[in-house]
Amino acid sequence: MSDRKPMIEFNDIQKFYGEYHALRGITATIREGEFFSLLGPSGCGKTTLLRTIAGFEDISSGAVLIDGHDMAQVPPNKRSTNMVFQSYAIFPHLTVAQNVTFGLRRDPRTKAEKAGLVEDMLGKVGLAGYGKRAAHALSGGQRQRVALARALILKPKVLLLDEPMSALDRKIREQMQVELIKLQRDLGITFVLVTHDQEEALVMSDRIAVMFEGEIAQLDDPETLYRKPASRRVAEFIGAMNFLDAEVIGQADDGITVVVDGLGQVVLSHSQVSTAHDGTVAVGFRPETMTILQDGQTSDGLETLGVIEEVVYYGDMTYYDVRLNNGKRSVRISMRNLFGRTIPDIGANVRVAWSPGALILFQ
Amino acid sequence: MKVSGLKCYAYLYLLFLYAPILLLPIFAFNDGTVIAFPLKGVTFEWFGQMWENETLRRALTNSLIIGTSSAVLATILGLFAARATTRYRFPGKGPITALIMLPLVLPEIMVGSSLLIVLLGLGVDLSIVTVILGHALIATPFCIALLSTALGSLDRSLEEAALDLGETKWSTFWLVILPLVMPGIISSLLIGFVISMDEFIIAFFLAGNEPTLPTYIFSQLRFPKAIPMIMALGTCLVVLSVVLLTIAEYFRRSGLARAGLKDTGGFL
Ligand SMILES: Nc1ncnc2c1ncn2[C@@H]1O[C@H](COP(=O)(O)OP(=O)(O)O)[C@@H](O)[C@H]1O
Ligand SMILES: [Mg+2]
Repeated sequence: MSDRKPMIEFNDIQKFYGEYHALRGITATIREGEFFSLLGPSGCGKTTLLRTIAGFEDISSGAVLIDGHDMAQVPPNKRSTNMVFQSYAIFPHLTVAQNVTFGLRRDPRTKAEKAGLVEDMLGKVGLAGYGKRAAHALSGGQRQRVALARALILKPKVLLLDEPMSALDRKIREQMQVELIKLQRDLGITFVLVTHDQEEALVMSDRIAVMFEGEIAQLDDPETLYRKPASRRVAEFIGAMNFLDAEVIGQADDGITVVVDGLGQVVLSHSQVSTAHDGTVAVGFRPETMTILQDGQTSDGLETLGVIEEVVYYGDMTYYDVRLNNGKRSVRISMRNLFGRTIPDIGANVRVAWSPGALILFQ
Repeated sequence: MKVSGLKCYAYLYLLFLYAPILLLPIFAFNDGTVIAFPLKGVTFEWFGQMWENETLRRALTNSLIIGTSSAVLATILGLFAARATTRYRFPGKGPITALIMLPLVLPEIMVGSSLLIVLLGLGVDLSIVTVILGHALIATPFCIALLSTALGSLDRSLEEAALDLGETKWSTFWLVILPLVMPGIISSLLIGFVISMDEFIIAFFLAGNEPTLPTYIFSQLRFPKAIPMIMALGTCLVVLSVVLLTIAEYFRRSGLARAGLKDTGGFL
């Protein structure tokens, strides 16, 4: 995928709303055929950035290139992008079929050909036979499908989606996520998705740009983002992460020696160091990278003693708050409830297995 | 049953307001030239007289022409103004809007007399055209108020979606905005028409020798013999007003329903 040609290029985009600095120097490349997500908390500028691609937002400085062409003078109706709006923006006075065929008004093909295309497209989004329905009487999920069909029928180079799932129930949302991924793979169109839901971004995307306050904090594939967050803030935004106070006591070519609260002295390789500097020094690890050992169970990694302080049962998973070696703060460990495994009580003394490779040093 | 003071007041108020209107049809069908009880039997003579009266027919034609033209003019102006105030930001927006809405609170006698002075000063001949302009002036604020509601409740992303799908600003207006605010436009036309139909002062000042319905009625009130016929005419006008208002309200509500919005006001 990394050898694909660039489809969208942002060149140092700055955007001001009056005094407010909404986009602060965005530089990034979205490749052809990629499922790309803009992820970040509400108000960080995701929608604004997406709208600069569609052409609805004049940028204060910088350049947006689509398929190699500078879009500065190109109005929205002349861009080869289409958008699925957050409100879906289905035309309420038209039928489903009229909505889907809306963008084909200037297309020279005959009515019959267009009708065929519409029926085809409705089938692709799971709305076969819905053409004659009035658009204003559709459910949220159906509206979204109409919005998708209406945009995709024009075969855009890029499909832009602004929080398309945020108005849907959890069940329908998960179903739509899977359908969207399939649709994207089938059509091979570049998708740019805006979402504030980290799970959604991780599930769907080839690559994710995590944004805070108008800046891209990290741009990586989901796995790298999860395993090696560039900063403490990214780590906290994506999934759960434990942080333990740490102190660096030695730097050498083969690694960095750190004393970690509750874990003792560890040597970390240079690849385990987060590049962004947040001020405080801390060591982080994901809840699933530590294991609470059963009586008599052995492990190939390191072992530490701990006391269970809280047990939260989730059916397939259990979350434990454990204080390691009388450390300053307790950490959260998540474990699958495998068959035959007993769940220790609060206050129990347990052995915890861990590996230095799962630790990340934030400094 | 205990009737509270306020409730009592409300009922008295309604009685005071509508009793004269209820008297209109009663005397329109009364077989007698004197407007007084007791009633003397039923007749359709006054409606017949009304129908055969040539000046009245002329007044009616004038009023219909003025009403229709000023309603169309006020609605078109209102559409532009409402679009500008709901979608765009421009310098002086506040003062300009206030200026357009001013006729809403200006005494009509002032509007009428100052228009007369200006028109005479410009050497313009008084005719129904000048009345049309005057009526458009006072109806425009009402039309703007109605159309701003209709345009303001439109989801902005509908326009953006049309642009995104390849339409220009103009075709977006024709294909998306206009159909969606059409109910608002129809109620604006009807309100403009009703305002013009019963407007007296401006018509009196600016019509020159041409009669309109209100000025004709006023001129006939001097002749006691003509009064039953005026009652018949009044009855027709009340019925017409109620019908038009009902249509306006119907379109306003169906417009809301079509755009999937909640009702937040209206006339009826
Ligand atoms: N038209 C606008 N005028 C002024 N400020 C705006 C406008 N649109 C967005 N903003 C501001 O820009 C910031 C980013 O907005 P947005 O891109 O919509 O955020 P997100 O989609 O990430 O939630 C927000 O603080 C918002 O208040
Ligand atoms: Mg947004």
